Amino acid sequence: MAEHSKRFPINHIIGFVLSIVLTLLAAWAALGSDLPVKWIVAGIMTLAVIQAGIQLFMFMHMTERESGGGHVPWNMMFHGFVLAAIIVAGSLFTMSFGFTHDHDDGGSHQQEEQQEEHSGH
Amino acid sequence: MKLDEFFVTGEPLVYGGMVSIVLVTSAVIFLLTYFKRWGWLWREWLTTVDHKKIGIMYILSALAMLFRGGMDALMMRIQLAFPNMNFLNAQHYDEIFTTHGTIMIIFMAMPFLIGLMNIIVPLQIGARDFAFPFVNALSFWSFFFGAMLFNISFVIGGSPDAGWTSYTPLSGAAMSPGPGQNFYLMGLQLSGIGTLATGINLMVTILKMRAPGMKLFKMPIFTWSTLVTCFIIIFAFPILTVALALLTIDRIFGSQFFTVTGEGMPMMWANLFWMWGHPEVYIVILPAFGIFSEVIATFARKRLFGYHAMVWSMILIAGLSFLVWVHHFFTMGAGAFVNSVFSVSTMLIAVPTGVKIFNWLATLYKSKIEFTTPMMWSLAFIPSFVLGGVTGVMLGMAAADYQFHNSYFLIAHFHYVLIAGTVFACFAGLEYWYPKMFGHKLNERIGKLAFWFFVIGFHVTFFPQYFVGLDGMPRRVFYIIPEWMPLNVISTVGAFGMGVGFAIFVFNIYYSYRNSEREKTGDSWDGRTLEWATPTPVPFYNFATVPHADKYDAFLDMKEKGETTFEEEKLEPIHMPSNTGQPIIMMAIAAFASFALIFEWITLAVIGLVGVLIMMGIRSFDYDEGYHVEVDEIKRIEREARGL
Ligand code: HEM
Ligand SMILES: [Cu+2]
Repeated sequence: MAEHSKRFPINHIIGFVLSIVLTLLAAWAALGSDLPVKWIVAGIMTLAVIQAGIQLFMFMHMTERESGGGHVPWNMMFHGFVLAAIIVAGSLFTMSFGFTHDHDDGGSHQQEEQQEEHSGH
Repeated sequence: MKLDEFFVTGEPLVYGGMVSIVLVTSAVIFLLTYFKRWGWLWREWLTTVDHKKIGIMYILSALAMLFRGGMDALMMRIQLAFPNMNFLNAQHYDEIFTTHGTIMIIFMAMPFLIGLMNIIVPLQIGARDFAFPFVNALSFWSFFFGAMLFNISFVIGGSPDAGWTSYTPLSGAAMSPGPGQNFYLMGLQLSGIGTLATGINLMVTILKMRAPGMKLFKMPIFTWSTLVTCFIIIFAFPILTVALALLTIDRIFGSQFFTVTGEGMPMMWANLFWMWGHPEVYIVILPAFGIFSEVIATFARKRLFGYHAMVWSMILIAGLSFLVWVHHFFTMGAGAFVNSVFSVSTMLIAVPTGVKIFNWLATLYKSKIEFTTPMMWSLAFIPSFVLGGVTGVMLGMAAADYQFHNSYFLIAHFHYVLIAGTVFACFAGLEYWYPKMFGHKLNERIGKLAFWFFVIGFHVTFFPQYFVGLDGMPRRVFYIIPEWMPLNVISTVGAFGMGVGFAIFVFNIYYSYRNSEREKTGDSWDGRTLEWATPTPVPFYNFATVPHADKYDAFLDMKEKGETTFEEEKLEPIHMPSNTGQPIIMMAIAAFASFALIFEWITLAVIGLVGVLIMMGIRSFDYDEGYHVEVDEIKRIEREARGL
């Protein structure tokens, strides 16, 4: 522990500076640039992937050897991806399926009922 | 802003609250000054990184919050007892049910359980502290200041009033202007940081710091429940963090995530909220299961039946808990297919839960039960919780839920699971581990009196609510019609019974402090797990020598072999972390920043945030490596504690 924490953490500093630069770049792309929207979206996505890579490999111990109960960082990454998939797919599923049905037949009546339901919250 | 906008005015009950806050605060300050205890408070408690002391502070705060939330509950019950009551007006009633729900879940149930985990888990796995003791202190103070921030809202600025679920659009800027709802957002955000940090901290502790020989499937069941809970915390809390942040940005900076006007989606809040919210209810029930398992095994004097099935069912519950959230808004109007999918997944959860119930029963089967107070809570838990679970399955049937939803039937359901599950477990756990924490037991006779008042009061309060719900009484109304009166009167009587039970419980703490016999050994109940291997009171380093734990119920094994945690020839200096004032200072500054943001004083908030960053900088260059306890000192402490 002792000698480990006293060494100058050059890797961390580089990663830190890089991640700040990437964030500023993304903010500039969204607020300051006049690129077409598609380019901005694609650009920010790319920056996000690079950003995630920096975090994972420079800070999050992804390169460490496995120990004890398997490779914990990879394990948590895996579950993180599963959860992200649940959130995204689940939200799409629940928030966009089946509503058309209500609009077709006497939709207005049903809508009113729902309104009443929710005013109770 | 004028002073009368800053303070809440015009409510006699609120004035009463203000007066009592001032009185209690002055009394505390006076006593501390009179007995010259400020230095002691700072050195021993406010700056401590000892997991046992932090756990005690968690539990004390949780008891205070139980009192506050209980007062809210009694006020609601008075208002609902008779038709045409004018005890609370509509606005005040809304505020009270909101603070009641939020406080009970976020600031009572979770901290109480986290407090018990704090104290017990390191002891159960043979560790000397958490993996990150500094972070543990930080977590506590973030919870504490978050809770204070939320609680102060009723005298300063006005309480939130959109329910503990805080549904948009009602909780948005247009329909709930003013600081009230911001108190909810920032209070939860601040304490949520601490919860997440605790989740990570405990998980690392359990994965990395177990005694040699203790394989995962040899761990005590309470530790297992904690590990699974940490997993849920780590994956569920970020969802809450993001949802709260989005709503904060909506309210304070004018974005439109949850408003119809800006093409946002109000129901997206409900969606995100319950993606966290359902796992959250399992965060507060799984540790409870763990506590009951320990207590039942100890006082049935038997090995826990079906240990592996118990563990796997918890893991299954944890996984499923992320797949059922839509059952909280079946009536949103998603199609039959969506609702059916979540209906099925909801009912599936009942299966592993049922497995656990049968395992407890099998543990009890043909055992010689010792009727101590913690055991009584556990025995009362089983049938009561089954009632809650069965009605949960009823609610899980989407078509039927169109009838039950947001009626008192739902209220009865979740109080049956939360009180008979979590609250009973908190009481059972506190009484069970009390001698380990304070060196003496709670008085059994008074404890049983409290038990009977509370349990009978609980059923009298909530059982009628199933029926008044079926009679059509909706939740969150402040007037009842005459037809609902008889059952509501019964409910109110029961609520006061629970209040009396709680009062007796608290009195018992005082009574036992004065009168109980002091513990002589560390093994108060003839225990099975490692926490009972330490002497009482537990030395600050927990284990003089860390035992080898290669059997399940490791302490039973040690007792058979005549081993202790004080093997003189194996003593080595122990490395311990130093106390530090940084956590409390950092979180106090964060609370200041949050308070400023609540009132939308942006400059002050930014200043506070910079303060937090500076504190983080200071921490980064803090090279304090802790200190060593020398062998001679360990010998002295252990000999004294063990009366050698
Ligand atoms: C057998 C297991 C369970 C099932 C099938 C189940 C099912 C449900 C369903 C379907 C609802 C929504 C009803 C509605 O809004 O109309 C609900 C609400 C609720 N449940 Fe459960 N539940 C179970 C166990 C639990 C446990 C163990 C807890 C907590 C310890 C819990 C706490 C809650 C809470 C707090 C609510 C109400 C939230 C609100 O609207 O304010 N449930 N439950
Ligand atoms: Cu749920």
